[in-house]
Amino acid sequence: MARSRTRPGLKTLISLGVILLALVGILGGGKLAGQASWAPKLALDLQGGTEMILAPKVSGGSQINQDQLNQAVEIIRQRVDGSGVSEAEISTQSGRNVVVSLPGTPSAETRQLIQASADMNFRPVLTTGDPAAVPADQQLTADKLPKPTAAPKNASDTNWITADVYKQYEALDCTKPQPESTQRSDPSKPLVTCEAANGTQPAVKYILGPVEVVGTDIAGSSFQLQQGRQGAVTNEWAVNIQFNDAGTQKFKAVTERLNGYYVANQNDPKAQFAIVLDDKVLSAPRTQAVITDGRPQITGNFTQQSAQALSDQLRYGALPISFDIQSEDQISATLGTQQLEMGLLAGAIGLLLVVVYSLFQYRALGFVTIASLVVAGALTYLAIAILGWTENYRLSLAGVAGLIVAIGQTADSFIVYFERIRDELREGRGLVSAVENGWKRAKRTVLASKAVNLLAAVVLYFVAVGNVRGFAFTLGLTAIADLIVVFMFTHPMLQVLARTRFFGEGHRFSGLDPERLGAVPLYRGAGRLREASEAARANLKPKNAAAAREAGRRMTIAERRAAEAQKQSEMTAASGRSGRASKGAGEEN
Amino acid sequence: MSNFFARFGNELYTGKRSYPFVERKKIWLGAAAVLVLVSILIPVFTGGFNLGIEFRGGSEFRVSDTASTDVHRGEQAVDSVAPGNQPRVSNIAPGTMRVQTERLSDTQTLEVKGKLATAYGVAADHVTSSFVGPTWGADVSKQALLGFVIFVALAAVLMALYFRTWKMSLSALTGMFVTMIITAGVYAASGFEVTPSAIIGFLTILSYSLYDTVVVFDKIRENTADITASTRRTFVEEVNLAVNQTLVRSINTMMVAVLPVAAILFIGAGLLGAGTLRDLSLALFVGILIGTAATIFIAAPMYAWLREREPGLRKQAERVEARRSSANAAV
Repeated sequence: MARSRTRPGLKTLISLGVILLALVGILGGGKLAGQASWAPKLALDLQGGTEMILAPKVSGGSQINQDQLNQAVEIIRQRVDGSGVSEAEISTQSGRNVVVSLPGTPSAETRQLIQASADMNFRPVLTTGDPAAVPADQQLTADKLPKPTAAPKNASDTNWITADVYKQYEALDCTKPQPESTQRSDPSKPLVTCEAANGTQPAVKYILGPVEVVGTDIAGSSFQLQQGRQGAVTNEWAVNIQFNDAGTQKFKAVTERLNGYYVANQNDPKAQFAIVLDDKVLSAPRTQAVITDGRPQITGNFTQQSAQALSDQLRYGALPISFDIQSEDQISATLGTQQLEMGLLAGAIGLLLVVVYSLFQYRALGFVTIASLVVAGALTYLAIAILGWTENYRLSLAGVAGLIVAIGQTADSFIVYFERIRDELREGRGLVSAVENGWKRAKRTVLASKAVNLLAAVVLYFVAVGNVRGFAFTLGLTAIADLIVVFMFTHPMLQVLARTRFFGEGHRFSGLDPERLGAVPLYRGAGRLREASEAARANLKPKNAAAAREAGRRMTIAERRAAEAQKQSEMTAASGRSGRASKGAGEEN
Repeated sequence: MSNFFARFGNELYTGKRSYPFVERKKIWLGAAAVLVLVSILIPVFTGGFNLGIEFRGGSEFRVSDTASTDVHRGEQAVDSVAPGNQPRVSNIAPGTMRVQTERLSDTQTLEVKGKLATAYGVAADHVTSSFVGPTWGADVSKQALLGFVIFVALAAVLMALYFRTWKMSLSALTGMFVTMIITAGVYAASGFEVTPSAIIGFLTILSYSLYDTVVVFDKIRENTADITASTRRTFVEEVNLAVNQTLVRSINTMMVAVLPVAAILFIGAGLLGAGTLRDLSLALFVGILIGTAATIFIAAPMYAWLREREPGLRKQAERVEARRSSANAAV
């Protein structure tokens, strides 16, 4: 039989080594690029901080969909960033909840900000101006401040601008980021606010009239490339709004008035109509036409991105989503470190116990378990560190628990395999063929049982809420690492070891001693067995290759009688033993 | 000792030593039925499970590195901020106090944190707080139930496909359900706190229980692959032999699975107190022990029971009997 010159198993071991080195290389590259770190990223429960799980509340009891949830995350992110908290992480979970993780303890204001519902409305512009605050020496003196002469007739009436409002307007500095606030302005009063700088457009300061159309009157919105007069598509992006019936009526009345200002003077700020989200101006287009069908189009200086952003904000920002804090955990950094240390200690003790137990049960073979666990550990560690870099995966306490539990489950596949090898030895096979046959059977079992483990991990990961995810993730990750290790390390390692004297001859400390495994009775005494082993050793030498082939031929009949086709092994004695033993086993049936 | 295990394994393998796991199936299945019934009745009579704060809703504080474990100090601290709140103060680990209260407002939470730090003489950052809304636990349970249903459905299909018989799938799932119910019964009887972490533990047990059964059933399938062609053993005997042959594996598997869990349990309960690690490992610890037993005493016997009345296997059993009696007669 043709066989490769390299010893079986060695090639696979080398490939595994290459994979490990590649992973180290990837991580090392990331580290050099200054993005990755050798240590896995830790979740807040281990590094300290606050984690809040929020459930969205839509007024009217309607269900929230994934798009709306994503938009909600976007809204919260803007608010949290605006409130000056750095390194906040906001994500959705299971398509139902929003998880906000913040370092440290959030102030009561930040908490309220996170929970508050989005508030969108439309106000007419009364006046606009440079974003910077007016220097004190240039501010209007008390006698020059506007003094409303009459009650405002409509929302665009400049009589809304009282002395107080104007002073507020002068003091406002829109060149600085505006603090977020949960205090919403009174919709029936004028509002002094900013439009943030956006790309090349500078920030703008506004005085706005009272609310005329509310966000809930928006039925939908979209964005598209603008169409020219002949219907040809131009290169200008435009945002379309669609109002509901009530909104259409209100908007018609508003545009009639505002378009009047536009016709009189194209540069009159009162022709502008501000879209306000959470008291900040998103956009303030001019009213170039009277919109009677409730389908205005906003144009001007949009890129595809900015058009989409405004369209999304209009569509979802109008939704009055607010949030309930479902659970909130504050972990101090010292406590988090303590938890991690304890978790690692538990893991070390668990590992030690497993090591002691496998050495006790499997003797030298236990070292294969330990080495396999080390390789599995290295694979898992690298995977977690790389995922922390590329996917921002963070290891939580539940994740650590998953890793510890996985020690047992990983060691378990080795037990299934080793017991199979022992079974094969009990049938009387030589170690080399016992390893191959045992593997053939164990492989199936390991794959089937790992499939169950993986299934559980995947199901847990996708449906679970809270810290279950971290646990499920590491459980699934280690199941995969385990499969890689069993296939690419443990089995090839045993293939190599089976050809060593220590294991191949069944040293009494090898854990695979046929005598101890009751294989002896199948032969004619222990003495014969030892002779056979010595013959096997002698035949390993190349000069005896001819004898080995000869012996192999002699055994073909016995082999045919064996239940499974066996791989021809280098050790004639081994195949001889297995032949005889299979015959014995055959009689048993 | 290792020698003993090896010999024990050999004798089990050859059938020289055999435990009647399958032959005595009526006893085991009967005992399991009783245990399941008791497990269901316990929560009914003891007033249900000891639900954690996640299910009740409320605020929780933890004070670590305290010199004093005086419960009264914690009660006073809460009482001074929110009178009449009746906090549950307990010493959950060496130097760690846990204070559970009704839901407090933000300002009250901050105040209580400060008072607790003063009361136990620790720095402010040694007091952590968490708050859980009353719907959170219900949410977790709902999702856990959903996960459970999806997992069971997928696992049933997976096993039926792998073993190519729904009877193995059904037996394995029965073993899993028994494991789950009895583990829940242990929780109810012992008053262990049921937290979301414990529920994750439960879900993990399901996976472990099935995993263990798959390994044993794989051996059963192998042993009974061409049962109809053999008159050496009856189907029931082959199943029993398979269970015996995998017994050492079952014990070893259980040991390596339970050892790390025991380590977490020891560290978690002894040094950290109640929390993710302890709750999870407690459920796993109980569940792994029961799950291993359920494979041996319930899943395998049930499979034999489901199949032994198949006509083909009955005929085979008769042939085995016939051969045996003729062999006896010849002697």
